[in-house]
Amino acid sequence: MNIRAQVSMVFHLDKCIGCHTCSVSCKNIWTDRQGAEYMWWNNVETKPGTGYPVRWEDQEKYKGGWEKKPGNGQLQLKMNGRLGMLGNIFFNPHLPSLDDYYEPWTYEYENLINAPAGDDQPTARPISLVTGHPMEIKRGPNWDDDLSGSEVYAANDPNLDGMSDDERQLMFEVERLVFFYLPRICNHCLNAGCVAACPSGAIYKRGEDGIVLVNQDVCRGWRMCITGCPYKKVYYNWSTGKSEKCILCYPRLETGQAPACFHSCVGRIRYLGVLLYDADRLDEAVGVDDAALVRAQRAIIMDPHDPAVVASAKANGVPDAMIEAAQQSPVYRFVKEWELALPLHPEFRTLPMLFYVPPMLPLQAIANDGRLDVTQDSEEAADYFGTLEKARLPMRYMARLFSAGNEEEVAAVYRKLIAVRVYRRASTIAGEPDADTRKVLAAAGLTADEAQAIFELTAKPTFDERFVVPPLAREVAIESIMDPFTHKTKAGFGFRREAKRGQ
Amino acid sequence: MADLVLFVAIPYAAVVVAVVLTLYRYANNRFSYSSLSSQLLENSVLSWASVAWHYAILLILTAHVLAALFPGLWARLLGGQVRLYVIEITGMGLALIAIIGMGLFIWRRLTNPRARAVTSTGDWVLLAVLLAQVVLGFITAFVYRWGALWYLQTAAPWLESLVRLNPDTSYVALMPWVIKLHFVGGFVTIALIPFTRLSHALTIPVSYLWRPYRLVIWNRRQAVRE
Ligand code: SF4
Ligand code: SF4
Repeated sequence: MNIRAQVSMVFHLDKCIGCHTCSVSCKNIWTDRQGAEYMWWNNVETKPGTGYPVRWEDQEKYKGGWEKKPGNGQLQLKMNGRLGMLGNIFFNPHLPSLDDYYEPWTYEYENLINAPAGDDQPTARPISLVTGHPMEIKRGPNWDDDLSGSEVYAANDPNLDGMSDDERQLMFEVERLVFFYLPRICNHCLNAGCVAACPSGAIYKRGEDGIVLVNQDVCRGWRMCITGCPYKKVYYNWSTGKSEKCILCYPRLETGQAPACFHSCVGRIRYLGVLLYDADRLDEAVGVDDAALVRAQRAIIMDPHDPAVVASAKANGVPDAMIEAAQQSPVYRFVKEWELALPLHPEFRTLPMLFYVPPMLPLQAIANDGRLDVTQDSEEAADYFGTLEKARLPMRYMARLFSAGNEEEVAAVYRKLIAVRVYRRASTIAGEPDADTRKVLAAAGLTADEAQAIFELTAKPTFDERFVVPPLAREVAIESIMDPFTHKTKAGFGFRREAKRGQ
Repeated sequence: MADLVLFVAIPYAAVVVAVVLTLYRYANNRFSYSSLSSQLLENSVLSWASVAWHYAILLILTAHVLAALFPGLWARLLGGQVRLYVIEITGMGLALIAIIGMGLFIWRRLTNPRARAVTSTGDWVLLAVLLAQVVLGFITAFVYRWGALWYLQTAAPWLESLVRLNPDTSYVALMPWVIKLHFVGGFVTIALIPFTRLSHALTIPVSYLWRPYRLVIWNRRQAVRE
């Protein structure tokens, strides 16, 4: 056992209202600069939809993530082996072009004020932020927002590949049309494709908290990481010639604050906490067949209350405070205890550490005497789950997103989510779960206490329950290798160069 | 006198400038080391230009360096007439490919607004020098046959004399001006390394071939181990 700590995340999709506050707060803090305008370290996509960059999930095009070599089943980057990768270093054939994202622009606002008097209303033309010339806007960062059902966007969702025409047609019938939002940030993967793809070795995982960072001084702009990341969460800064990615707001974490997108989330869908995992079993977790990937990943996430796990963590130098944080982690509860949160596209085999509670909303609500009833009144527990088969987004689709195609894995989550609803309704109306409700709970594999706890943490968690930020104590960490007074009275920012003038 | 400047002063100055400033830049502004790729902004012309240029120029450079380092081996390699022809024709072919690649680079930066937006003065200087250098090299190979052979009696011993700090310009004094320019151009290119993006050529990431796929860096590992 080789226990390490990973700051991990859960997004509860049922609660996302698609407001993009997260994206904007991130942009305002980190990517409001030349070369980074088109970067959305946090973005929110409409599903079904094509996403950002367009059709990023299509790995036949972008070659992101890992795949098993046909012969020996060994894992290799889908883009290429090591030698082949260096061979492509002069031109990466799988790199998205700016047009797969969008050309960033502003508007000629001055013209509204400075235009000479004339017969026409002055206009503010769009101006490219790359060239400075007027341009025609063809695409934006969130171009298919709410456009589910559209022939151009939703119909091109890569996750629909393999669905029958009938199934597709059903999904896009106007009366049944449905969509949900998928906010995405870097998953700070355990087996990160970006780290593995970087020829310079500039991208690394921080041992203490598992945050994946690009060392800007080591990056040489070979841009292989952009292909290596199947989630397209590394971006190339066209101005500085360096790659950049989500840093999980580590300067905020180090001062005890939640990352900006978490902090500002209007729907309060985001949870942050520590997971302890067994680093010796990573190969095992990424080597299994597609259908077993979710379970294998769960298996290497260890119980922070288990004394053996705690001992191993301590031996690895995980501080006590970090272990304590892991024991209170809301992420552990969602991911491991309740098995409600699933990784996005586990088949990319990067072991993403951002997990999603799939949304209930796509479930078809059934009109019953004018009331909306998601459960259908019935004696049999099975009938409560009957809605699953009638879900407007087929289980197959959700399984493509969250369980590498293993429908049972997603169905199990939905059974629990439905059971929690049934339980809550029963206890609100009757005050006591009746026999029927208990049957539903049992069928979903939950106890009444668990259902109540899920409800509490889902519906009314406090700030401190959502974000259990471990004391990262970087200042302490650094003390051991660096005199803390090194920078005292020195220039506090910039490229570590000091002002020279004066005495 | 001119020979002394061209074939002694410039080469030494170029190498000193390149080494000293490259190290200085590495120590003080490591952030500036980058390939400064513009593939994100324009990739259709680049796919031809970059692959053609880099592969051709790397092979040509390798031949230049190998011949200078191991003249005996090179001479043996050229033993037969057929082999000489093959080497010369390959060389000229590669030079043509490099010229086309460089031409495309320049054309791309002139005509594509996005690529032009990220082109600095240094880039233009570099593009011009490199184009001149490959064109001169091609003319040399084409007009003054068989360069692969006379290189061993002229450029190679001259370079060796430079390395031995005992410069002898007599080896190259009588060469035609095109070839002289090509010699000088080589050192001018070296001098440009620390000032331009050419520095990326020094950072070829060969260690990628053996480094582990996962990379974890600890702040406090040391303290913990103690
Ligand atoms: S999501 Fe992408 S960028 Fe983030 S760690 Fe994983 S592979 Fe790297
Ligand atoms: S801020 Fe929260 S609710 Fe709003 S889009 Fe982002 S994740 Fe969804």
